[in-house]
Amino acid sequence: MKPAPFILERPETIDEALALLDRHGDDAKVLAGGQSLVALLNLRMARPEVVVDINRLGDLAGSLVEEGVLRVGALTRQRRLERSPGALAACPLLGQALPYVGHVATRNRGTVGGTIAHGDASSELCLLLATLGGSVIAERAQSEREITADDLFVSHLQTSLEPQELVTEVRFPALGTGWRTSFLEVSPRHGDYAFCAVACALRAADGRVHEARLGAGAVADRPLRLRAAERALVAGESPRAVGEIARGEVPARDDYRHELAGVLVERAITAALA
Amino acid sequence: MTPSETAVRGFVGRALERVEDDTLLRGQGWFIGDLDPLPSTGHAAVVRSPLAHARILSVETADALAAPGVIGVVTGADVARLSHPFPSALGDAAPSFHACAVETARYVGEPICVVVATDRYLAEDAAELVRVEYEPLAVASDTATAPVVHDRSFRYGDPEAAFAAADLVVRASFRQPRSSATPIECYGVIASWEAATGSVTAWANFQGPFTLHGVAAAALGIHGSKLRLCTPAESGGSYGIKSGVYVPIVLMAVCSRALGIPVRFIEDRVEHMLASQHATERLSEVEAAFSHDGRLLGLRLDLLDDVGAYVRAPEPATLYRMHACITGAYDVQDVAVRSRVAVTNRCPTGLNRGFGGPQLYGALERTMAIAARRLELDPAELARRNLVRVEQMPYRAAAGAVYDSGDYERCLDAVLELAGYAELRAAQAPARAEGRLLGVGLACIVEPSVSNMGYISLAQTPAERAAGLPKSGNSEGVSIAIGPHGGVTVRFTSTPQGQGHRTVAAQIVADALGIDPADVDARTEADTAANPWTVSSGNYSSRFGAVVASAIHIAATQLADRLRALAAPILEAEPAEIELRDGAAHAGGSSVSLRRLVGAAHWNAAGVGGEGLALTCTYTVPIAAADPDDRINGSACYGFIADVAAVEVDPETGVVRVTSYATVHDAGRILNPLIAEGQVLGGLAHGIGAALLEEHRYDADGNLETASFVDYMPPTATELPPVRSLQIESPSPVTPLGAKGLGEGNTMSAPAAIANAVADALGVDQLELPLTHERVWRALRR
Repeated sequence: MKPAPFILERPETIDEALALLDRHGDDAKVLAGGQSLVALLNLRMARPEVVVDINRLGDLAGSLVEEGVLRVGALTRQRRLERSPGALAACPLLGQALPYVGHVATRNRGTVGGTIAHGDASSELCLLLATLGGSVIAERAQSEREITADDLFVSHLQTSLEPQELVTEVRFPALGTGWRTSFLEVSPRHGDYAFCAVACALRAADGRVHEARLGAGAVADRPLRLRAAERALVAGESPRAVGEIARGEVPARDDYRHELAGVLVERAITAALA
Repeated sequence: MTPSETAVRGFVGRALERVEDDTLLRGQGWFIGDLDPLPSTGHAAVVRSPLAHARILSVETADALAAPGVIGVVTGADVARLSHPFPSALGDAAPSFHACAVETARYVGEPICVVVATDRYLAEDAAELVRVEYEPLAVASDTATAPVVHDRSFRYGDPEAAFAAADLVVRASFRQPRSSATPIECYGVIASWEAATGSVTAWANFQGPFTLHGVAAAALGIHGSKLRLCTPAESGGSYGIKSGVYVPIVLMAVCSRALGIPVRFIEDRVEHMLASQHATERLSEVEAAFSHDGRLLGLRLDLLDDVGAYVRAPEPATLYRMHACITGAYDVQDVAVRSRVAVTNRCPTGLNRGFGGPQLYGALERTMAIAARRLELDPAELARRNLVRVEQMPYRAAAGAVYDSGDYERCLDAVLELAGYAELRAAQAPARAEGRLLGVGLACIVEPSVSNMGYISLAQTPAERAAGLPKSGNSEGVSIAIGPHGGVTVRFTSTPQGQGHRTVAAQIVADALGIDPADVDARTEADTAANPWTVSSGNYSSRFGAVVASAIHIAATQLADRLRALAAPILEAEPAEIELRDGAAHAGGSSVSLRRLVGAAHWNAAGVGGEGLALTCTYTVPIAAADPDDRINGSACYGFIADVAAVEVDPETGVVRVTSYATVHDAGRILNPLIAEGQVLGGLAHGIGAALLEEHRYDADGNLETASFVDYMPPTATELPPVRSLQIESPSPVTPLGAKGLGEGNTMSAPAAIANAVADALGVDQLELPLTHERVWRALRR
């Protein structure tokens, strides 16, 4: 279980990294936390000619809240974010979802940008980005662009990122006062790929829900925002009825996951309202 | 001194911390991957079959041979030329096999050829360049329809009469899935062929049984004395699975012979999952005859084991290890058993913790729970009516096991109390009214330890056995010596893999010699050229506590006698009057230090005489060969375990949560309660994995779907429930210290206890292991 030969590049600056990606394009893979890539390299399932290790780009680590947006540097370790009070206050769903991401040991290495760029359909962080309507900043040698979650996640392990682009920042909309959140997941063991994960954020007052964000992970080829369920919840439907609608929104990958999506949406709403 | 006196006064029986741990925690242990005993050792990468069954038409190695760093490529043709097929207990009934596929590959992952290079990276690069042409053949992927290569029927007592007299007959079918033990360290071998002497030296993380040393030597075509097998001091765990490393030992020895250099093979995780050794899948049909008041009158068991592509030694031992105690903890003498072996195009099977136990009790204990439902009896009450009683000990079980000691009913009572059984039961109805599904499951099992070397001979008919030589017993050799400065070294071949053998050995020796355990060094690195060993040596069938510890005790006692003989003239006392304690020999108010006695024995040997202070002895447990009626006492000792599992099942998601687990063992005298508790918890973790998570799944084409830890799921600490455990000690009359083995019991009992609890929660009889969330969800909707 040794990787096929590759050239390891360890740029010291973002510009150097972008130049390398520009030069090597499809032949390069970016190494951030390595929690997915290194396993794929060792299994020889990934065989890039060049590995661009961005771990020396210290500027890409850290987070801040600015104008209602939680901006997380791509190289920020999952565990660092999980222990960042400012980030959790702006985006409490992170505090609820991050404990489900692998294990403490993998979260110490795994990065926020790497997870998002990997685009796993069962990823908790990808689910949060899709549910909250976040975005990423993708830089390349001469330009940068912001890609919304809707446009980013194309299919399982496929994103709309170009090979020359590097995710430098992940943006989660901060939730204002009055929002309540919950995150639920069923997986074989704690830390495993989910059978189904559900993220819920809602703003409730005077006994009714005024705004809602609902999303489900691991039930489709990408994280799904459940817009019909959101509308039903705001329209005053019961958690059970919203769960039924969510079930209808989820493609029938298999009947078990289909059922789980409905159950977890109902439970997530109930938990958020509690 | 009687055992109970030492228990009070000595170190045996005390929860001493493990002497092994300091080394491990400092990262100073020497594992197989750390060893580099010989210069110019090549690194092997194995090219493996991608097909489950195929004729090998050609193996093209030119590109690989031309790749950077490559020393050579060893093909199936080389292996056929330089070694023999492995001997098999079933002879020609199943396909014969070499250490590498020669003409036909019979499972995905079977070695096709070996590339040896200057490092493993280059070896793997070159392995990709080997071109193999295959002609696919039909795949046997279903145990129920696979070719049967062994079929024996056994009859004890009068089962027909028992079933004719029954008020209720329970019939049920079970499937125990394939699994494996997943130690953190995979197989590792360094092998060197020495042309001048025609001998092989191999370092490997082998765990025994050393019967397999002989099997490896036979495959290499050399006498056992020409195969020097060494193990490193530390092992990254085994749980049975490293018994199978004898196959790559042979393969690497052949590579070394072919290429003229030592060869190292460090197996990776995917190779380990695909091709090391699985636990058998078993299909069981059980019929149990009961009287109206819940007496178990008779049993019929029809067992079919899938051993994979070959009947690889020690198979078909999974079928026969538990045969003698196939009636479990119950007093039933009228029994019929049919034992069959099927070969499939899957990884060969072999030892995995609990060996044969989960397969037996997964069927027997589920049957008892189903019977309790039919009889409208609480399962604990049904068990109580059928458990072997303390006054029946020693109890001769139907198939020949002699249960040496144990108070099963007392253990049952203890576990019911420990678990809060009555409260668990009382909580079920109110919870159900709220839509919550609580279940309680019981398992009562007998755990055999120290296998009789003759038990596999049950695979032969009595006539076949009579024509051969009898096999019996289980032995261990121990060498013990006191050096000129007083330190004691004790050596034995128990090949520990984390069980703390060195700690317990020091406790035993310290008690016999009246010294501190810190003054005893136990050396457990196997070296067949230097250390004592027997054909039954090794770390399997939980044999340390009963047979190895006994051998250590006897060796240390003999050494103590020599010290007393040396002290007698000085103390002017009879040797029998001399007591060894606190590092000195005492008699009648005077004493002499051991250091002085030892110094004199070494430096004034001619003056003081005596036999010296080094000796080797061998201890054998008295268990006889099979009789003409197919009865055998398959193991030296039999412990008892009573478990209660409590679960909550989420009715909407199928998620099973084990809310509490209580286990009571009667494993005879406990030598070190701390280590015993570790064994109980470790065995339980394996059992919980088998119950809820672990299964090696193959598709219809014979591809393993669970070849990495993404898909094969051992439990982690998060999945383990709160555990309460208790030891009740009924000393074994068989062993000098009264100890039995206990490392495997919960691996045998927990799948049954948890399955019983989930069945209880769901109110169903039909369940299949492992009880994954999705399976339970489907069972809820049947």
